[in-house]
Amino acid sequence: MVKKVRQHINQNEPLLFELSSPGKAGYQLPTLDVPSVDPAEALGAANTRAEIEDFPEVSEIECIRHYTRLSTWNYAIDLGMFPLGSCTMKYNPRVNELVARTEGLLWAHPYQPESLAQGAMEVMGELERCLAEITGMDAVTLQPAAGAHGELTGVLLIRALLESRGDARKKIICPDSAHGTNPATAAMAGYSVVNIKSNENGMMDPAALAAMVDGETAGLMVTNPNTVGVFEQEINKVAQIMHDKGALMYMDGANMNALVGLSRPGDFGIDVMHLNLHKTFSTPHGGGGPGAGAVAVKKILEPFLPTPRLKKVGAAWSWDYDRPQSIGRVRSFYGNFGVLVRALAYIMAHGGNGLPKATQDALLNANYIRKMLEPYYEIAYKAPSMHECVFSDDRQAAKGVHTGDIAKRLIDYGFHPYTVSFPMIVHGALMIEPTETENRHELDLFCDAMISIAKEIEDDPAMVLKAPHSTRVGRVDETGAARRPVVRWRRPK
Amino acid sequence: MLQAIGATSLEDLYSYLPKEVRFERPLAIEPGKSEFEIVDYFRARGGEAASGYASFLGAGVYAHYRPVLVDTVASRGEFLTSYTPYQAEMAQGTLTTIFEFQSMVCQLTGMEVANASMYDGSSAVPEAAMMAVRITGRDRILVSKTVHPEYREVLLTYGKHQGMPVEEFGYSAEAGSIDFADLESKIDKETAAVIIQSPNFFGIVEETKRAAELAHAHGALLIFVFTEAVSLGLLEPPRDADIVAGELQSFAHPPSYGGPYAGVIGTKEKFIRQIPGRLVGETKDVHGNRAFCLTLATREQHIRREKATSNICTNQALIALMSTVFMTVYGKEGLRELAAQNLSKSHYLAGKLPLRFTGKFFNEFVVKAPKPDELNAALLEKRIIGGLPLGRFYPELSDTMLLCCTEMTKRADMDALAGAF
Repeated sequence: MVKKVRQHINQNEPLLFELSSPGKAGYQLPTLDVPSVDPAEALGAANTRAEIEDFPEVSEIECIRHYTRLSTWNYAIDLGMFPLGSCTMKYNPRVNELVARTEGLLWAHPYQPESLAQGAMEVMGELERCLAEITGMDAVTLQPAAGAHGELTGVLLIRALLESRGDARKKIICPDSAHGTNPATAAMAGYSVVNIKSNENGMMDPAALAAMVDGETAGLMVTNPNTVGVFEQEINKVAQIMHDKGALMYMDGANMNALVGLSRPGDFGIDVMHLNLHKTFSTPHGGGGPGAGAVAVKKILEPFLPTPRLKKVGAAWSWDYDRPQSIGRVRSFYGNFGVLVRALAYIMAHGGNGLPKATQDALLNANYIRKMLEPYYEIAYKAPSMHECVFSDDRQAAKGVHTGDIAKRLIDYGFHPYTVSFPMIVHGALMIEPTETENRHELDLFCDAMISIAKEIEDDPAMVLKAPHSTRVGRVDETGAARRPVVRWRRPK
Repeated sequence: MLQAIGATSLEDLYSYLPKEVRFERPLAIEPGKSEFEIVDYFRARGGEAASGYASFLGAGVYAHYRPVLVDTVASRGEFLTSYTPYQAEMAQGTLTTIFEFQSMVCQLTGMEVANASMYDGSSAVPEAAMMAVRITGRDRILVSKTVHPEYREVLLTYGKHQGMPVEEFGYSAEAGSIDFADLESKIDKETAAVIIQSPNFFGIVEETKRAAELAHAHGALLIFVFTEAVSLGLLEPPRDADIVAGELQSFAHPPSYGGPYAGVIGTKEKFIRQIPGRLVGETKDVHGNRAFCLTLATREQHIRREKATSNICTNQALIALMSTVFMTVYGKEGLRELAAQNLSKSHYLAGKLPLRFTGKFFNEFVVKAPKPDELNAALLEKRIIGGLPLGRFYPELSDTMLLCCTEMTKRADMDALAGAF
């Protein structure tokens, strides 16, 4: 079937630098209304550059065509389903983009007087309140810029609390199914990492955990539902084990889309967690950011939250810098405010009544896919799935076709692949998360594609191994890229 | 669909959840609102923030004009709603623009390689410091007091628990630039890096080459920080630095009450394997066509886990794209002219006011203002947001304020401000 290459209408858009020609420009600046200053005189001749060597020079239409053409080489949610497990690629409502550009908010300088920033602070205050309600926690900081940044903040909070009790302890436990950011974060916060093996249901084994936890254990970083999409049934027992030893419970909120309105981490023993506002709360991924990694905590950790803290006295909001026990700042100013605006708009659109419904739909969609694909792919665990389902490529691997190959073939069917080869505890994992925003028609198209590929693997595995066949570029040589890294354009000699 | 999966109600889908973890009451959040009500709510909030004021605030966040093409490109769903480009065959648009971004950042800063972005300038600084620690095998960081105070706070937060002691060195009370004698007295063979910012927090251009020579003479690296990217349109790039950690807010990003902005780290080719964050590299597809992909992933957390160079995953891709479009619109000549306008405007205003320091400055400067809060209150009456009183960060400068002019600052407002002094 689809074996044509480079069928795209925009065949060969050059790089910006190759388009450039001297003297072209796409900008206009106003006529200077003050006397012109000589740069060499004002800054010192030695401090002044002659030019920005090789910087591009293009006209306005060349600029817009260049980026528009490049944009058509991308896949995006606006074009179809993005079933990436643990990434929660849901629809990004456009009203969120509009309100994030509200004049008074867009041009609010972080150092402008608090009396002239009340609207921005109110937005943050309301978002903090909603996120505390959704997570069942007592306080929220909006300062961290992304999930991993929130993790670092959370683990530093754990360290600060334990230090205030006299001993910061030495290690953090992470399940072997954890996202890579969890162990990387623990290491950045000065902890050694101990991995705990998942049991045959993909869950943590309380008995094994109990044997591991000791007076040197600072905390556990758990994802719930975990990265195989399974709710940790014994989470309360797990929390009890940790708390009995004076250790804390951190939750990676990457999978919070499975819980909103149905279950609250604060009610099942979590002390501190982050939320990825660019997952659960619909702010766009934008090709890899910006995100926002709000951190929610129980009362015991509140004194240690990053400075400054938002505070309301009477009707007026202010920033509280007098926080002697704070871990300090994790970034400048108050956080990725524009992302926070979008997240609040999402919460307002759904409301307290709509949020649990979205969660239910996310669960329904994932379980529908599981049911449709189970006859063709090996489900990794029998335990019930929440918002995502994980298969292994066992059956297809017998034909020499692996999860990465199936993913590339899926591209030919007009879908972005699922999450490939993660979690690592599942050999050859296919991790699928549809989110609530896909309708049955799109889900059926996806399942049809997956089933068709399973059949192709039976009949013509060699064809699948060479996929994708229909994209502008064929399979990309990633090994070659890493062997001799070329990470910038240089003028050919 | 319920029927297809053998369920009778949506509740069946999670009936196995233990009773004690079930949340049984409705969320205490108002019922869902219409699009109109949402827009109306945020317009009202925007109305409670400063609208129609002239502002002289800079201090790491600059009000520059945003060319229309920036939002036009960034609003395209193909960029806005795409994911991190792990699947290279269907993400060549994002990958190509990141490659162009990395290239332009290199041209601008004089570095040989640059990453795909960091969260912001402030968090890029500790990441650069950690990089220097890995490269040198030393652990001590010396940072100038003229580096943005909030950046230094972030550096302290990160440094505290990694065995990375951070010490500050002072500035010349007359010039407002680095006190080289103080730096020389503090640098030693445990020093991994010296961190400076230029233009510094007071707006003053530092002697980067001299700082680099001093650092290198002691076997340390020089980390160069910038908060005002527009300055690089005119200023000599920090070619002598080993690592550049900068903030690109000036390139197309509105102040937006502190974010999102985009940080970036650049360095020498020989340190490429120690750089944190994502990198896009050029390669070929199976047919021999030019293609791009994420590369050197073995530095990163999803492969290396606790041994990664950083825990960073999501970065600021869309923000970096907007900066890329901004750099394209202005281009070689435009960026220079933009910088020159900033320079001229600030020097016009500075010429009317009592300067606190003698150092050469770009678009910000410190002025003497015995009672800065009273002065600002009087200016607010005229719908002018004055400068940032520096006493908050520098007790010894409590009788000063930091003022900023950009290409958007109007002469009439500058004259009105000067009249209030």
